[in-house]
Amino acid sequence: MTEQSNPVFAEIQSHIDAEPVVLFMKGTADRPMCGFSAKVVQVLNYMGVPFRDVNVLADGAIREGIKQYSNWPTIPQLYVKGEFVGGCDIVSEMFETGELSEYLNGQGIDARQVGAR
Amino acid sequence: MPMDQNEIERLIKDALPDADVLVEDLAGDGDHYAARVVSSAFKGKTRVQQHQMVYQALQGRMGGVLHALALQTSAPAD
Repeated sequence: MTEQSNPVFAEIQSHIDAEPVVLFMKGTADRPMCGFSAKVVQVLNYMGVPFRDVNVLADGAIREGIKQYSNWPTIPQLYVKGEFVGGCDIVSEMFETGELSEYLNGQGIDARQVGAR
Repeated sequence: MPMDQNEIERLIKDALPDADVLVEDLAGDGDHYAARVVSSAFKGKTRVQQHQMVYQALQGRMGGVLHALALQTSAPAD
């Protein structure tokens, strides 16, 4: 995080602080507007993990700001307990290996155990 | 403007010279790629850090001209 002065960072931080699991995505959990966002929603729903969805398409400042905030060029972006977990590829890979439910459980979040392990 | 497969490979190899890079054109449209990158530079790094290193190599194209690049990274097995 190099640009601490970005005024939208405080707003992003308030989303991240509001819930243990926060997904910055295109569209809403009910109506994802991009396949990558839809995939992460599907994974979280499948594991029964409640999360806050932040629709970046509804706010251009957040859409650009989150990329700088996380030093990550694409959306979706998953945050757990204030920590950036990754985008669609990482979440999918962790889901498939079973690391994701393990990680969430380790963070005190109930997640259905799924995956190869 | 879509990006050429070889260009993606070249940029990654420029930044990570030892990397084993496999780029696949997923849809045949020059716009949806998958890349598998294996490099010893990833040793001891988290997945997020590994992906960030590849994004860095792509010099800002990711999320811009390159809107869909499915990425899988790993360090070589010992």
